[in-house]
Amino acid sequence: MAKVGLDGHDRGAKIIARALRDAGMEVIYTGLHQTPEQVVEATIQEDADAIGVSILSGAHMTLLPRIVDLLKENDAEDVLVFCGGTIPKEDIPKLKEAGVGEVFTPGTPTKKAVEYLRRAVPSAS
Amino acid sequence: MDTKKTAKERWEEARSKTPERDAEFSTMSGVPIKPLYTPEDLEDFDYDEKLGYPGQYPYTRGVYPNMYRGRLWTVRQFAGFGTARETNRRFKYLIEHGQGGLSVAFDMPTLMGLDSDSPLSPGEVGTEGVAIDSLEDVEKLFEGIDMGAISTSMTINAPAHVLLAMYVVAAQKQGVPPEKLAGTNQNDILKEYIAQKEWIFPPEPSMQVFKDMLVYATEHMPRWNTVSISGYHIREAGSTAAQELAFTLSDGFAYVEAGIEAGLDVDDFAPRLSFFFNSHIDFFEEIAKFRAARRIWATVMREKYGAKDEKSLLMRFHTQTAGVSLTAQEPYNNIARTAFEALAAVLGGTQSLHTNSFDEALALPSEQAVRIAVRTQQIAALETGVANTIDPLAGSYFVEALTDELERQAYEYFRQIDELGGVVEAIEDGFQMREIAEASARYQREMESGRRHIVNVNIYEPKDESDVELHRASLEAEREQVGNLKALKERRDNEQVERCLEAIKKACREGENVMYPTIEAVRAYATVGEICKAMQEVYGSYRETPWL
Repeated sequence: MAKVGLDGHDRGAKIIARALRDAGMEVIYTGLHQTPEQVVEATIQEDADAIGVSILSGAHMTLLPRIVDLLKENDAEDVLVFCGGTIPKEDIPKLKEAGVGEVFTPGTPTKKAVEYLRRAVPSAS
Repeated sequence: MDTKKTAKERWEEARSKTPERDAEFSTMSGVPIKPLYTPEDLEDFDYDEKLGYPGQYPYTRGVYPNMYRGRLWTVRQFAGFGTARETNRRFKYLIEHGQGGLSVAFDMPTLMGLDSDSPLSPGEVGTEGVAIDSLEDVEKLFEGIDMGAISTSMTINAPAHVLLAMYVVAAQKQGVPPEKLAGTNQNDILKEYIAQKEWIFPPEPSMQVFKDMLVYATEHMPRWNTVSISGYHIREAGSTAAQELAFTLSDGFAYVEAGIEAGLDVDDFAPRLSFFFNSHIDFFEEIAKFRAARRIWATVMREKYGAKDEKSLLMRFHTQTAGVSLTAQEPYNNIARTAFEALAAVLGGTQSLHTNSFDEALALPSEQAVRIAVRTQQIAALETGVANTIDPLAGSYFVEALTDELERQAYEYFRQIDELGGVVEAIEDGFQMREIAEASARYQREMESGRRHIVNVNIYEPKDESDVELHRASLEAEREQVGNLKALKERRDNEQVERCLEAIKKACREGENVMYPTIEAVRAYATVGEICKAMQEVYGSYRETPWL
C-alpha cells in the first residue's frame, strides 16, 4: 500500500491496509510522501505482488502512469497496480489504458478491494 | 390508571411495549444516547457556572454579548489555484465584489516547503492551490492590491515563517509596514504530525520556529494572528468529536506554554489565538462539541495559565463542514449534508464558516457548486430564523448532557497526554495517531457491518451520478512556474542568497530568532525550498512511524 506525491490524506490507505491484513494478506505500507521511484524500488525489494496506490491530490494522471512505466523499466510489469481516491469518472478508462488494474472511488466497501485482489492475485491469500 | 406510579414510570412502561428500531443509538463518535433526557440528567446543573451569559465567562453561550443579533457569521470560502498571476486576478475580482478578506490556498509543494522544480512536485504545482516559490510570486499575488487595506488568511503551516516573511517584505515594498498588516496564518504544526502530515522538521525544532514567529508577531505585528489552532484536519483523519475537541485544545495549550516559555506574558498573545473546527454530520454532537470547547478554553486559560484579559479567555473559531462526509455517489445529496452541518456550526456559535461544495468528493469544486455552497449559508442566515436568538439550544436536557459528556471526555484525554509528558511527547509516542486510527477503523467496521448508514453508500443503491461538471486542473501552471523559477535563479544575486542561507543556519544553530534572517533571505529572493532545506540541515527532517 503506497502514498505517492505530497498528499497527506492517509485515512483511506490505512483502512484498506488494515482490511487486507485482516483478510490474511501480507501488507507493507510505505508511509507518506513517496516518489514513484521509491514505491517501485520498495515493491521490487519486498517482492510484492501488487501495489495499491491511494491518491487524493488530483495528481493521479501524472503519478500512476509513472509507476506503471517504472515497473516495466525494471522488468516487473507482472506487478498489479490498483488505486483509490478522489478520481473523476472520466479518468478511470484513461488510467486503465495506462495499465492500472482497477480504480476504486470514495465510498467503496473494503470487501470489494479484498475480493478484487483475491481474484486478480490468487497467490495473495 | 395506576396512580401510585410516577409519570416517568408510566412512560417507561408504555415505551417498553413497543420494540425499538434495529439501529445504532449512539453518536457517530460512539457516545450512547438515551431515548429521552429529563431534568434528572442535569441534577447539579448550575446555570451561572456552566453557561453564564453570552460574552461572559465561561462563554458556553457564545463569545459576544449580541452574537448573530449584532452581526451574522462571516461567509469565508477558501480559494487558490494555478500561478500567482491567476490567483491575483481572482483576488481582484473578489475585492471588486465587496470581499474585504482574502484567503490563500497554497499548492502541495509550497505547503511542504518544496519548490516547483523539486522531484516530489510533478503533477502538484498549482493544482490544489497557488504555487509560491519566491518573493517574486508573493509580489505578483498582491500586485495592485493595497496590502495595508485588506486582511489575508494564509493556510500554511510547516513553512509558515517563510510565507510570513514574504508577506512582510512584499508589503514593505508597497510602503506598508508590518505594524499595519492584518491577517492570520494557520501555522498549527502540531496537528500536522497528528493528522494532516504536512511537516518539514521534527516536532521540537518546529515548536522553536513557532516561538520565533509568535515573538516576532507579538513585537511587530499587533494585527496578525500567528496561529489558527485546527481540529478540522484531525477530524478529517477519522477522529471522533471528543478526540477533535481534546487534541485541538491540548495543542492550543501547548502553544500557550510555548509563548510563556519564550518569555511572553500570556495576555500579550492569547487574545490573538483563534481556532478552526470541523462540523460533521452528527448534528447534536457537533453543537455540544462547540459549546464544550468554549467552556474548556475559558476555564483552563483562567485557572491554569492565569490569563486575566477577557480576550484571552474567549475562544473565537472558524468552522468548515466535513469534507469526509461527502459521497462520490449521487453527489447532489451532499448539498443536504452540508446544509445540516452548516446549521450545527451556526447553532454552535461559529464566527465564520466555509461550506463545502457538493462535488468535492470528486475534484476541486466547480464555480456552480461553490455558488450553491455560499447560498446554503445565506439561506441559513436569512431564511431559517436560526440567527434570531442566541444559543437557542441552551437548557435542552439532551444538549447540555452531551456538552458535559464531551467536556468530560476531553479532560480525560488531557490527563492521558499529561501522563505521557505533554503534547510533543505524546506525538513522538504516536498516541494521538493511534487513537485516531482506532476510531477511524471502528467507524469503518460499523459502516460495513450495516450498523451505520450512509445514504447511497451502504443503503439505497445510487442512481446514475455521471453528469456532474467537474473543475479540471491544468498542467500549464507547472510549466510556467518551473520556467519562472529557473529564470529567477539566473537573474538574482546568488552569492547574496548563499550568505542569507548561512545566516539562517547560524540562527537555527545558536537559538536566535529565525524570523529576522528569513526576512533578509526572502528579500534576496531565496526560495521556500532553499530556506527550508537550509534549516533542515540543522534541524533534521521528520519521518513518521505509520500506525495502521
